Amino acid sequence: MNWTVLTLVGADQPGIVSAVTEKLFRAGCQLAEASMMRLGGNFAIMLRVGHQVDQDLQQVLEPVTRRMHLHLHLDTDVDAAPHHVEPDVMITVYGADRTGIVSQVTGVLAEAGLNIIDLETAVAGTREKPIYIMTMEGNAQQGIDALRQAMDKLGDDIDVSIMPIETMRA
Amino acid sequence: MSEMEILTYPDDSLKKISEWVENIDQSILDFIHKLEATRLGGPGAVGIAAPQVGILKRIVIVDVSNMHKPVDNHGHMIMINPEISEWDGMAMGREGCLSVPDFTGNVIRAEKIKLNYLDPRGESHEIESAGFEARAIQHELDHLDGLLFLDRLVSRRTDLFKRKNYK
Ligand SMILES: [Zn+2]
Repeated sequence: MNWTVLTLVGADQPGIVSAVTEKLFRAGCQLAEASMMRLGGNFAIMLRVGHQVDQDLQQVLEPVTRRMHLHLHLDTDVDAAPHHVEPDVMITVYGADRTGIVSQVTGVLAEAGLNIIDLETAVAGTREKPIYIMTMEGNAQQGIDALRQAMDKLGDDIDVSIMPIETMRA
Repeated sequence: MSEMEILTYPDDSLKKISEWVENIDQSILDFIHKLEATRLGGPGAVGIAAPQVGILKRIVIVDVSNMHKPVDNHGHMIMINPEISEWDGMAMGREGCLSVPDFTGNVIRAEKIKLNYLDPRGESHEIESAGFEARAIQHELDHLDGLLFLDRLVSRRTDLFKRKNYK
């Protein structure tokens, strides 16, 4: 079995997820991790798929991508193992929308040892007074205090909460 | 001490309701030893419930006294017929389960609980537990009712404040 990461993007419309996954299912593919969401007026799908070595996913999905006008991108022969990486920190950042908040925050955190596993941002508020909200989970490779110290360097107009994640296993 | 096999989803036992223990006899005590050996044999579990090894009896073990970062705790507890009588507050936290390998997710639990149970000598206890230990107890008691943490997953963006009205 081969593994491919596929990315599909198109104008949001009902039925994209079911149309895509139905084609993959009928072609005997296996679905692994997926992340799908609305981005503005678009819908984006990221999906890791297991399939036969000689199977052409472009061709499998062609009827759907054509009918629904989806852009498809394939990254072939990706790693097969479902490496579960356990986050040990959850970070929430919000502030008035301004250019560079994501790059600024992630830049500072990366330097302080944060490996991001998962990141989402949203824009709330009104058009005149937008609020930018970012949530992420990751590994604090130099400890959580290093992240806190790093964030202290940023301006007062960004609110940050850095919470350790203690996984309870039972 | 012989370990038992930890059952993983979709094993039927994990979805069944366990029975009350009528009589704490030698077979129950022997089983508790095996259950504890199984917990300790696994990867750092702070608790285990009887149905996780296929025994549908209301018995759980919880011990959060050895955490890397210490938390409030009542030490090592073997609980027979545990019952929660009061719930207070809500907190979101990350959980994993021996019966669901390779996955963790966010679950909302009561922040504080009051519960009673019997120890292996048949003596009854009433305790109040909070935080991490309370989370572990609630996770284990769910197993006795055929529930997995997968039945309670929430998104990490879930607004705790909004949910407070519903419990
Ligand atoms: Zn469990």
